Amino acid sequence: MPVAARMPETTDEPPVRKLYRSADGRMLGGVARGLAGHLGLPVIWVRLAFLGLFLADGPLGTLLYAAFWLTVPLGVGGRAPRPLLETTPDGRRRLRKPDRGQVVALIALMIGAVVFVGTVDLGGRANRYVWPTLLVGVGVVLVWRQVDNARRASWTEPGRRKRLFQLARGLAGVALVGMGLTVFMVVRGSAAQLGTALTAAIAVLAGMALLAGPWLVRMSQDLSEERTMRIRAQERAEVAAHVHDSVLHTLTLIQRNADDAAEVRRLARAQERELRNWLYRPEGTGKDEAEEPQTVADAVRRAAAEVEDKHGVPLEVVVVGDCPLDERLGAQMQAAREAMVNAAKYGGGGGAVQVYAEVEGRTVFVSVRDRGPGFDLDAVPADRMGVRESIIGRMQRNGGTARVRSAPGDGTEVELEMERAEADG
Amino acid sequence: MTTEGTTERPAERRVRVVLVDDHRMFRTGVQAEIGRTEETGVEVVGEAADVDQAVTVITATRPEVVLLDVHLPGGGGVEVLRRCTALMADPEKPVRFLALSVSDAAEDVIGVIRGGARGYVTKTITGTDLVDSVFRVQEGDAVFSPRLAGFVLDAFASTDAPPVDEDLDRLTQREREVLRLIARGYAYKEIAKQLFISVKTVESHVSAVLRKLQLSNRHELTRWATARRLV
Repeated sequence: MPVAARMPETTDEPPVRKLYRSADGRMLGGVARGLAGHLGLPVIWVRLAFLGLFLADGPLGTLLYAAFWLTVPLGVGGRAPRPLLETTPDGRRRLRKPDRGQVVALIALMIGAVVFVGTVDLGGRANRYVWPTLLVGVGVVLVWRQVDNARRASWTEPGRRKRLFQLARGLAGVALVGMGLTVFMVVRGSAAQLGTALTAAIAVLAGMALLAGPWLVRMSQDLSEERTMRIRAQERAEVAAHVHDSVLHTLTLIQRNADDAAEVRRLARAQERELRNWLYRPEGTGKDEAEEPQTVADAVRRAAAEVEDKHGVPLEVVVVGDCPLDERLGAQMQAAREAMVNAAKYGGGGGAVQVYAEVEGRTVFVSVRDRGPGFDLDAVPADRMGVRESIIGRMQRNGGTARVRSAPGDGTEVELEMERAEADG
Repeated sequence: MTTEGTTERPAERRVRVVLVDDHRMFRTGVQAEIGRTEETGVEVVGEAADVDQAVTVITATRPEVVLLDVHLPGGGGVEVLRRCTALMADPEKPVRFLALSVSDAAEDVIGVIRGGARGYVTKTITGTDLVDSVFRVQEGDAVFSPRLAGFVLDAFASTDAPPVDEDLDRLTQREREVLRLIARGYAYKEIAKQLFISVKTVESHVSAVLRKLQLSNRHELTRWATARRLV
């Protein structure tokens, strides 16, 4: 088979590697870790490179790092596939290793910062701008990390303590930025003007909020509207897919079997039922079709559907109330199924078979009725066990009652009554 | 001069019917099935494909029975019922609605019955039964499909030990019995035979159920529907 032989080759191609920032084992934004994972280098090299860039040309290194941070999405991809970082399979060693790296990196970063401050400090007069700038920078970094964490929270459910910590960090970031801005103003003016500066700042902020507020609200409305539209389009696509998968195939089958009236009817009934289930059932149900039914309503519907498919006779099912199945009810369901099979086999000529099930208090009642020719129960030969054993006998053995009413020409009705077991109330 | 298979009605009985359904094919089919006036006594005097059209046609032709689809462009069958409330209440020449839908989902059924439809049958019904139902509705009776009877039983079943003043909304033992037999697929005639009462009595029981169903709006049905997140 040439096709099969070619398949593995194409799938063996390495998947397209995408650059992600690493979510764990990171110091700031996870840029270095992510790049290291992407390029297959030890993370310390990347960090040193960034540090070198930063020291050699402060703005460029910072800008480069910031650009990566802003544009590259946070992911888990960078770290996991690199065996270089996970030298031992032992969990503890693996945890400790990035720890030490982080400490080293932190020390390096501090040295770098001191050097940076030292070089800038030479300017003397520029000093009054440096500290506010640093404050603002650290604040921004903290807030950005916060945003990242919020995004990460969608993958992992954070604990309460962690969330508190995150909140504190976010607040700290905002406070730092605010402090830096204030210091900026105060340093430029004099300390006495602090009040005026603060008032002005607050006024500006309030004005901006007023200006941007309506716009923000509208944007969020537009966004939610767009989301609704998208959901609707998705739903439509799903409906289309379902119709395509099941309905169109059935129609094709019907065209092919146009001469076989019974087969066409069977196909149409089965398709109708399936589509109806799919359209009107609440979300989530009907998906686990392989599982055994858990309730009376479920069991009756499923038995009817199977009999309908097998014998090509429509069964109309009405279920009132519901309760979980127990052993006795299970037996009743089997008897009901047998009755349905009989009705479909012998009474199908007279139209749909009516199946009615009702759970009322402790009693479960099932009636199966057909409008076929009917028969005389006493006239059935003794060796035919269908009705006697499978329906009446089974019900009696399990403590229920079965009644078969049939008159020639008037159809047959089987009534099954069973008390629910005592165990469940 | 009575036809086999239908009820014992005089041959000269006529009923004017409007078909409301957004599928032309289906209207054509129903027309072909029941519209042979000489045989069935049903005269289709108008057709409509959406809510606005339906209201216009019904107002213009004043039929005795409207066969109403539940899902319609422009608001559905419920909307048609809402805008025809005055016509339904007309003491001289009331217009009666029989819902005819492919859907037998509980929310659809309960919705149109609350809206004032006199009955609900599904599209799998045979032509003879449909003609029968149309005449029943014309006479002011309610027509329930087995499934609808099941829904009603379900709606009233979960009420145990109600306050006295809600007694009006409860089904009597007899009405419950009748409904149960409808749900089991019995025809009105068979129910009458089974319970040793006249067909007229069966019909009046069913009409009482319909009235209670509309009355119980604020009681069991609301609770029931809310519990199933239907409203």
